Parts: sequence; structure tokens; C-alpha cells
Amino acid sequence: MRAFTRGIIGIAGFLVLWELLGRSPLLPADALPPPSVVAGELVRQLSSPTFYGHVVATLLALLIAIGIAIAIAVPAGLVLGSVPAVRHATRAVIEFLRPIPSVALIPLALVMLGFGPETKITLAVYAALWPILFNTIYALDELDSLQIETARVFGVGRAGVLVRVALPSALPFIFTGIRLAATTALIVMVSVEILASSQLGIGFFIMEARSGPGRMDQVLAGTVVAGVIGLLLNNGLERIQQRWVAW
Amino acid sequence: MTKFLQRWVVFAGLVVVWQLSAWLADNPYFPPPSDIVTAAWDWWVVEPENFTDNVIPSITRMLTGWAIASVIGVSLGLLLGRSDRAMEYANPLLVFLRSIPPPALVPVFLLLFKTGTATQMATIIFGVVWPVLLNSVDGARSVDVTKVDTSAVFQIPRWQWVLGVVLPAASPKIFAGLRVSLSLSLVLMVISELVNTENGIGMQLMQAQREFDNERMWAGIVLLGVLGYVLNTAFLAVERRALAWQPRSRDEQHA
Amino acid sequence: MSNMLEVADLGHTYGDYEAIGGLTFDVRAGELVCVVGPSGCGKSTLLRTISGLIKPSRGNVKLNGSHLAVVFQDYQRSLFPWLTVQGNVEFPLRSLKRAERRKRAAEALEWVGLSGAARKRPWQLSGGMQQRVAIARALAFRPALLLMDEPFASVDAQTRFELEDLLLRVRREHDTTVLVVTHDIDESVYLGDRILVLSSSPARLVANLEVPLPAERDQVTTRTADGFVALRSKVARLLNVGKPSMDVEKWAAAERESLSETVAH
Repeated sequence: MRAFTRGIIGIAGFLVLWELLGRSPLLPADALPPPSVVAGELVRQLSSPTFYGHVVATLLALLIAIGIAIAIAVPAGLVLGSVPAVRHATRAVIEFLRPIPSVALIPLALVMLGFGPETKITLAVYAALWPILFNTIYALDELDSLQIETARVFGVGRAGVLVRVALPSALPFIFTGIRLAATTALIVMVSVEILASSQLGIGFFIMEARSGPGRMDQVLAGTVVAGVIGLLLNNGLERIQQRWVAW
Repeated sequence: MTKFLQRWVVFAGLVVVWQLSAWLADNPYFPPPSDIVTAAWDWWVVEPENFTDNVIPSITRMLTGWAIASVIGVSLGLLLGRSDRAMEYANPLLVFLRSIPPPALVPVFLLLFKTGTATQMATIIFGVVWPVLLNSVDGARSVDVTKVDTSAVFQIPRWQWVLGVVLPAASPKIFAGLRVSLSLSLVLMVISELVNTENGIGMQLMQAQREFDNERMWAGIVLLGVLGYVLNTAFLAVERRALAWQPRSRDEQHA
Repeated sequence: MSNMLEVADLGHTYGDYEAIGGLTFDVRAGELVCVVGPSGCGKSTLLRTISGLIKPSRGNVKLNGSHLAVVFQDYQRSLFPWLTVQGNVEFPLRSLKRAERRKRAAEALEWVGLSGAARKRPWQLSGGMQQRVAIARALAFRPALLLMDEPFASVDAQTRFELEDLLLRVRREHDTTVLVVTHDIDESVYLGDRILVLSSSPARLVANLEVPLPAERDQVTTRTADGFVALRSKVARLLNVGKPSMDVEKWAAAERESLSETVAH
């Protein structure tokens, strides 16, 4: 409880600093609206259906992207992690694909997929793939060979071992990868929304507020909401991990 | 060495397959590698000012931003990691700030810093400081009780405690954070240049996209991939040297 | 002989839990004293209060010298893996000039027979050798008192004998004052000039026994000598005192009486 109080004090201190900075004449007027103004704008926006539309659009696209990334990366990781031949053969490709920043693909994706939600989902999937894939492969590397042998002794086949031994024992590590992936996917998602004005989404809201009326209070309100989404996503996944895959 | 060879042979094979299938498919969005290389050559080598005026500034901004973020992250992280009290004050705030997608702050930075370079640096620093900071906190916390006691018993001076015990004990975690930050700084470099800038790789990419110049777009993507690969490889080499003191047995420390 | 360490009515409580309750004893210069007690009796609290790692709730610890050194049980954690063996030995000497540091480290490593391993990393050495590095580090610090916390509990029996003899030799050659905390009765009798027997928590002094053995000791003959065997069983009997259901004070008093009869030469 005392730690909680201290945490609140920490946040309050930050808000006070921001308030003072926002009201100080050192900064250009309207560049950094103080939190009191942003909070008012945030309350106003939270009662507007349009704003909810943006939030839901981002969240939905994000969840779809993470789902697709899991569906691709986990099976791929299981295969790569358990069949050395495949892993060696694909290693070069993976090593060259991975360092390509997902945002570098934005122009290409825009040209090919247009300005709809497909673009941001595709790019978020690309960004989210890697942490999940690598954590799955690493998890299989750490697999206790005694567990495999135990399963083999009881007559479990190769595929059975993969599903009933390897996957469950790798799950906590895979989950950590998913959490990382979710954070990365959110960054990419908001970036694409900002850059490629996809008509919907929290990033688009921020971009519109800036380039149109130059409403920095709206920009910051949107930023806070984006931060809260990231926070909830990470904490939610952490909870799930502690509750369901803690072994 | 054979594995190394094998890897590159497979890679070369894939480039050949790509070349052939691109010829066959004849899709403007997927130019063959040969065209991409030609485009890159014409763009950056035949007109070297394209390279010096765009690629070099990009890399400079990125590395400078990363270095600044690293210094901030490590020093702040070690400080917070060695004080439970300070961490209690800072933790919720850090968790929230970390959750903000850095591109969302680009408009704010633009108004605050006016110039493109400062804005880009601010975006990069804000985005990449978190992995370093959080890993440094973790690392500083991981100094085990016996080492703390040993240092206390021998009454070593403060600077030796920080630089000679906490920093090296935390360094495996710090390096892990630095590596994540390095690849993230590449991402943020591109993002910061896509929004609003006078030069840079990101701007060139956007330009190529507007002109529907697919070869150049691909050249930019490949350049970024190569850049990421080179940076990561170089960093790993440095890390391996810096952490050479680590026990090589499996049961000791980190995987 | 002057006292190197004077402990007066030392007591420590964690919240409601009393770990040590009023210990008074001295360690004379050049003496090797063993503190032995049942496991979990607050030995490590005692060690931490003496070494200044924690402030005792009451009582006094007086060290007649500028500093002490500690050799911990867990040598793997107590040595710094990023430093070489020599770096580890030089660790406490940063205030000295480089040449002086080198000299002292080389000297201390020679005392423990590790001159050849100076450039190695601690984790490249065996457990026994690592503990020797820790001992060398402590000696290089030139402490007024060398405090040892179960120093040989994490090595195998063979190595343990070697290290015990090494400690005896080194402290004789360099006239070091040593306080060894252990739960091993045999070790306390074999090493000590004097044994302090503690009761289980809260730790109280049950007996303060002189060891009637010659200074020269030998793993085979000493351990079979009559004096060794007799003292060993005496300490063992004393340690049974620590059962929580018993009235510790009464027991201790009775034991002290019976001891004064038997110990009287």
C-alpha cells in the first residue's frame, strides 16, 4: 500500500512538472498544453462516439494482427526449433528478414495494399512475428531432454511430443514473446495510422488533430489513450501469463 | 566454418530463386534483385550526394540518439535499481511512459523543438530509452547479497561500488537492453523521417513511394535490412568481447 | 595479551524475532576462535553484526584495529567473475598505489599457493581454489580480524581438510586473528584455540571452551587424540541444549557446572 502511495506521488509529481512546464512562458504557446487542459479534452473525447470508433478500430486491428502473428509464428517456431535441418536452411533468410524494420515496408505496403486496415494489420503482423518466433525457438532449445525421453518411453510419437511436451513447456517463454510482440505491434500500428492516414484509429485521430486545427490538447489526449491501451495490453497479458501459464 | 558457408550458399540460392521468379512473374511490385541493385547503384553510388546527404545523416542521428538514450538509461537505471524507495516512486510513471507509442509524440516534439533533427533525435531517444532503462534496473537489482556484503565489508569507495561492482554485475542485462534499443532505434529513425524531414533514408523511401519508383523503394528496404544486420552483428561482436568474463558453463547465469 | 575484538551484551531482534540475545566475549590478538552452534541459531546474524553489515539492536562490538575482512561460505558469489584472480585479490586495495597493490596481491596469492593462477578467472578454478582466492583477498587487506562464515562448508571433504590446514598454516605464519563461524563440531575443535558454543535461537553463549590441543595439528593424529575426542563429544552434548522445549538457561547452568568438573585439569 505504501508502494502504491509512492507510485501515485511519483505520477502526481510528473503531472505537476508538466503543468508548470505547460504554463511557463519558456515554451511556445500551445506547444505543450498542461495536463488540466488535456484532461478536460480527454473527458470530452471520451463521451464522443467518433473517438470510441478510433479506439475500437485500433484495438480490433491490433488484436487481429497479434492473432495472425501467433498463428504463423508459433507453429513455425515449433518446426524451426525442433527440426535442425529446416532451421539451418532458413537461418540466412530469417537473419536477413529480421533486421528489416517493419516501418521500412510502409511505402511498399501502401502501394500494394492501399490505405485500408489491411496495410496496418499486415505491417503489425510482420513486426509481431519476430519476438514470438524467436522466443518459441529459444524455448525449444531450453527443453529438458529428460522430459522428451520420458514421453518417448511412454510411447508418445514425434508429433505427440511436440504438442504434449514441447509446446506446454515452451508456453511461458512463448507468452513473454507475445507480450513483446503486442507492444511492438502497437507502436507499428499507431505509426502506420499516423503516417498513412487510414481514416480510422487512434493514430489517425492524433494526426488529424495536429495537421487540421493544430489542437495539441487533442494530440496529447490521444497520446494518453494510446499509452493506456499499451499499458492495459501489457498488464492484461502479464496477468494472463501469471494466472494461466506460470510454470 | 561449414555452417557459415552453408548459410551463405542457401542465401545465394534464395536470391537466385527470387531473381528467376521475379522475371517470370513480371510484377512491377516485385522487381528482380538485379534491378534493385542497379537502382541502388544509380541512386547512391553514381550520385554520391544522395548517399552523403541522406543515408549518412540518418545513421548519425540514429547512433547519436541511441548513445544518448543509452547513457540516460544506464545511469538512471542503475540509480533506480539500487534504491527500492526511488523505484517505488518512479515505477508506475515509467510503466505508463513506456507504453506510449513514440510516434504519437512526434507532433508534440515537432512543436517543441522546431527543427527536424532535434525532433527526430527526441523521438529516437524517447523510444529507445526504455529497454536500456528497464534492463539496467533489472541488472542493478540482480547484484547478489554476497557481493553486496563483500563490498561493504571491504569498505570500498563509492565509485568502485558503482563502476566496479554494480555496473559489471548488471552488464549482461544492460547489453541485452542495448541490443533491443539498437534495433528499435533503426525503426524510430525511419518513423521520424517519414513524418517530417528534409533528408534521410525514410524521406527517400517516401519520395520513392510517391513517384511509384518500386526499384528504389526496394533498394531502400534492402539498405535498411543490411544496416540492421550490420549494426546487430557489430554490436554482438562488441558484446562478446565486453562480456568475455562470463563463466562459460551453463549453470552460471543467463542463457 | 590484548584483545582484538570485544563483544559486549550483543543482541539483535528482527521485529518480534530475537536472533541473538546478549552475547559477551573477546577474541585475543593472534587467537583463532571458533563459534559453533546448531543450524539456524543466529550465527549469520552474529557475523553480520560483528562485520558491521547490520547494526545490532543492542550491545557493543569493539574492534581494536582499523578494519576486518570476511571470507564468505559462498565463494562463487563472493568472488567477482568479471575480475581475474589477481583483480579479485586487489579488489579491496583500490586506495593503494598500483605497484603496492600488485605486490600485496602477489604476496597473498603466494601464501595460499596460487601464484600460478593470478591471470585466470575465478570460475576457471575448482571450488577449493576459489575459496583460497577469497582467503588471499582477505589476507591482502591486512585485517585486524579475519572473520570466516562457514568457510569450508561448500567444498568436498578432501578439499576441506586441505583448506583447514592451509588456514592453520597461514594464520600461524602471519599471526592473524581469526574468528570462524561454523556448524561443524569437528572443524571447530580441529581449528580453534578456543570454542564458543551457542544455543539455538535466540543465540546465547552456552560455553567458552579452551582447546587443550597443541598448536601444531595434523588431520590424522589430532583427530584421533584423546583431547580432541573428549572435547568433541563435550561440544556435541552442549549443542543438544538448543532444543526449544527445554529451559535453556537452566540447562546451560547445569552443563557449565558439570563441565567445570571435567575440564579442570
